[in-house]
Amino acid sequence: MKPAAFIRHVPRTLDEALKILAQVAPQDGRILAGGQSLVPIMAFRLAKPAHLVDINEVEGLDHVASDGQILSIGARVRHAAFHKSVLDNPLGKLLAYVARHIAHYPIRMRGTFCGSLAHADPSAEWCLVAATLDATMVAKSTRGSRPIAAKDFFEGIMSTALAEDELLAEVHLPLLPADAKFGFNEFSRRAGDFAMAAALVTYRLANGKIADARVGVGGAEPAPRRIAQAEAALNGQAPSDKIFRAAAEAAAKAIDPLEDHQTTGEYRRDLVRAVVRRALEHSHP
Amino acid sequence: MTTHTKGTGLKWVGRAIRRLEDPALITGQGRFTADLPAVHRVRFVRSSVAAGKIKKIAAPQDAMVITAADLRAVKKITPMLHKFNYKPVGQPVLGEGVVRFVGEPLAAVVAASEAAAEDIADLVDITIDETAPVIDARDALAPGAPQIHAEAPGNVILEGKFKSPEFDTVWKTAAKIIKLEARSHRQNATPMEARAGHAAYDAASGRVTLTCTTQMPHVMRTAIADMLDMREADLRVIAPDVGGGFGQKISLCAEYVVLVWLARKLKSSVAWTEDRRENLIAGFHSRDQYIALEGAFDKDAKLLALRADIATNIGAYSCFPTTCGVEPLMAMAEMPGPYDVKQYECLARGVITNTCTMAPYRGVSRPVITFTLERLMDKAASAFKIDPIDIRRRSLIGKFPYTSAMGLVYDEATYKETLEMAVKAIDVPAFRARQKAARTKGRHLGIGFATFSERTGYGSPAFAARGMEITPGWETVILTVDPSGFVEVRIGSSPHGQGLRTTLAQIIADEIGVTPDIIKVVHGDTDTSPYGWGTFASRSLVISGGATLIAAQKVRAKLIKIASHMLEAAPGDIVLADGAAKVAGTDRSISIAKMAREAYTQTHRFKGEIEPGMTETGTYDPPGTFSNACHVAIVEVDVETGHVTVEKFLVAEDAGRIINPMIADGQVHGGIAQGIGNALLEEIIYDESGGILTANLADYMPPTAHEIPDIELHHIETPSANSITKAKGLGEGGCIGAPAAVINAINDALTPFGVAIDEIPATPQRIRAALRAKEQAA
Ligand SMILES: Cc1cc2nc3c(=O)[nH]c(=O)nc-3n(C[C@H](O)[C@H](O)[C@H](O)COP(=O)(O)OP(=O)(O)OC[C@H]3O[C@@H](n4cnc5c(N)ncnc54)[C@H](O)[C@@H]3O)c2cc1C
Repeated sequence: MKPAAFIRHVPRTLDEALKILAQVAPQDGRILAGGQSLVPIMAFRLAKPAHLVDINEVEGLDHVASDGQILSIGARVRHAAFHKSVLDNPLGKLLAYVARHIAHYPIRMRGTFCGSLAHADPSAEWCLVAATLDATMVAKSTRGSRPIAAKDFFEGIMSTALAEDELLAEVHLPLLPADAKFGFNEFSRRAGDFAMAAALVTYRLANGKIADARVGVGGAEPAPRRIAQAEAALNGQAPSDKIFRAAAEAAAKAIDPLEDHQTTGEYRRDLVRAVVRRALEHSHP
Repeated sequence: MTTHTKGTGLKWVGRAIRRLEDPALITGQGRFTADLPAVHRVRFVRSSVAAGKIKKIAAPQDAMVITAADLRAVKKITPMLHKFNYKPVGQPVLGEGVVRFVGEPLAAVVAASEAAAEDIADLVDITIDETAPVIDARDALAPGAPQIHAEAPGNVILEGKFKSPEFDTVWKTAAKIIKLEARSHRQNATPMEARAGHAAYDAASGRVTLTCTTQMPHVMRTAIADMLDMREADLRVIAPDVGGGFGQKISLCAEYVVLVWLARKLKSSVAWTEDRRENLIAGFHSRDQYIALEGAFDKDAKLLALRADIATNIGAYSCFPTTCGVEPLMAMAEMPGPYDVKQYECLARGVITNTCTMAPYRGVSRPVITFTLERLMDKAASAFKIDPIDIRRRSLIGKFPYTSAMGLVYDEATYKETLEMAVKAIDVPAFRARQKAARTKGRHLGIGFATFSERTGYGSPAFAARGMEITPGWETVILTVDPSGFVEVRIGSSPHGQGLRTTLAQIIADEIGVTPDIIKVVHGDTDTSPYGWGTFASRSLVISGGATLIAAQKVRAKLIKIASHMLEAAPGDIVLADGAAKVAGTDRSISIAKMAREAYTQTHRFKGEIEPGMTETGTYDPPGTFSNACHVAIVEVDVETGHVTVEKFLVAEDAGRIINPMIADGQVHGGIAQGIGNALLEEIIYDESGGILTANLADYMPPTAHEIPDIELHHIETPSANSITKAKGLGEGGCIGAPAAVINAINDALTPFGVAIDEIPATPQRIRAALRAKEQAA
């Protein structure tokens, strides 16, 4: 379990990082952020990159900043940055609530928000947040900068729209309306494990009726996404056990479940049904 | 924390003193095999194919790659049993001709660093003509299944059979016959430190020192010297600090033999540190069993007779030295557990498959048979419409000594008393009320009981019943008071986390009147410790502890003799306490340090009446003693996801005299954590082609602290007449009872749904599948 030999580059500026990345990308050169996914993969020799571009010393990538519309999160920001609410908006509380479900404390101290998105594990909590809230990813390379919408970003299991020479420099999350409610629930066999299914929901109440519902499901399909059928079941309805169950059922039906040796499609649907309903039932505030 | 010294007249035994071994371990001063520097590092290239013929193993140019072709002179690992129709099969240390499981070592790459060795290993080109593998024991037993070893037709390596003479007659009188098909899936003991070995050649002496993470250093030396045709004197085996073993480190690893061979060939040092992936695929497995159990009960629900058909999947080879008989034969001998049941019929088979070799894992078969038997009792209770506690009361053994159907003699224990103690402590009526209230809210709580006996501290006669060529059992210790008055005890046991350095010191301290902190326990080095069997089978405190007490008694006698000489008092008037010998009723005394000094430096004064020096030897080989316990689990089952939360765990146990209550509790806590893992989480999964799907700790899931509830412990101390310290063993009980209690609790929780979970681990997928089948049928 020792990685194959590689050369580690430690750029200090974004320009330098992008230049090196452009040079080494053709030799499976990769960005090293928190290393919490990449290093195990290298130890198992599932990846043998010849070059690593370590971005941990790059200036100007460690911001968590809001302009009142969006929250922008730089590539060096760790999961642990969200242990406490980072802004006075329901989004801050949402991120703090979700962060606790990611792995274990030592991993949260190193792993990065953007690294999670770039790695695109179907179960990753931040990927679910990005998909549910329609985040925008800002990809940079020596060729320039481009925004990528979440729905175009996640392409499949550990596969994204990032080109091999692109750095995910920051992600933009839209702030939530001040009266937004959110709920999150995930299922894993042990504390800290990757979720076997996870749901994130947000909505507002307008005259006692649900409005602007977002229902995101992760861990159940190759990539997290919003489930329109579940959102439709909620919008315009007064919150109730019956409506929540209907939305959960719609989500369970709508997914094309991942299956593995232990987990059948039926079981995955059971889990989606449970996590969606629980996210709705236990919404905050 | 409780103290158990009351009424024993002992000062140190029974006290929860802190472990003497811990300061070094918790300050990073422990010394483990992988800490040693070595000139060469070894990487094993392992088969990625479960069954087939090796066509070619080609090494990259200039690389040093050892294969079976280089090791022709090395004997095969061929453990032997002289009973039970055992078929000896040999395991080449590196695969030769045929591969029999994924993970089997086929070549050893030697390089300057681990990374370099792994680079070369990636380039070793292996061609294998694949043949159809057999993974499951039932498939291996089916007619026409591929033969894995020519020596074992039908893939059956051993067969134990037993039937009580009056079985058939009694069986016919039964009011009810209850049947159960239990399945225990395969597990890995997962010690925190995986396997590791370091072999170094010493040019001056021509000797090799093998440092390895083993539970049995002396036996490793005997075995490896045999296989390499060496004199034992030319091989020294050291077990330094060992990061957990749980049985996995009893068995001889082929890899260690290769290391010693390499050190001699290269006249240098070579080291191998196993990674977690290797450990999970090739570091020995266990508990892969099918048990079909039937119980005959009379009209009062008293158990009359048991019939068991046990098939244990022993993997591709037989482990050394215990042989693969450990699981099937222990299951056969101990299946009737804590119940008074005189009629018994059993067929126990060891079945060869194309999977990793089975080796003992803490509790060996008892977690499986206890889970099976205790499920049967609960099933019977529900068939008779009586309480699960009540049905146990009707059949638990109450008179001692008790001789089992197969002739095991149970010494005095407290099967009924621990059950009642647990029932009272858990407050069953309060739980039932809570359960009822929760059900109305769609929450499903359950309670489960497990009563069991734990055979511990058994010596060579008990092992001899298995007909083992290598029959372990006894232990020797050598106790020395040096000229400074410091005490050193050299033991053949090989503790690796159990706290033996502390508990043996407590025993000695009481016997010779010193404090434990001046006693040093030396173990784990064949050059400095006497031959012994190491640490396994809940034996060390009973057997090594007994030998220690015997040696300490001899030292005590000698000290009294010297004191009587020096203080000119009658031996009967001498009292040893507080580091000195005193003449009772006077103020005359002499320190033990002074007496020890005289025993070496002033021997002429004893006029030949007292032998020089102060070293005594004790050897102990006891018949064995049964500990017992009742475990209770309270769980909540989430019927939508199948997830089980263990809310509370309670134990009432009797392990005889408790030497150190803190250490005893720690053993039980750790065992229960493993038992909960076995019940709910841990499973080695093979695909149809024999590949392992659970080769990392994200997929193979030991519990984390989060999954383990608070554990409440209660003790009864029934001093054992079969153990001179009066202590019984308790190293395995935690993991023996926990799976049964948890699974019974799950079934109790699911009573309203009419499903039965008779499989461990009870994963959420399995629980949901059972519930879904009912939902769909409805
Ligand atoms: C035991 C364990 C449990 C875990 N459990 C969870 C869990 O429950 N939920 C969860 O979400 N995660 C979990 N993780 C993963 C963890 O959150 C990682 O930190 C995260 O997936 C990756 O972030 P990183 O910064 O460590 O990225 P790295 O490991 O450094 O990189 C991961 C991949 O992304 C690429 N990359 C990284 N940053 C960028 C960037 N800015 N632009 C372009 N590409 C980039 C790398 O090249 C690499 O291919 C777990 C990890 C472990 C070891």
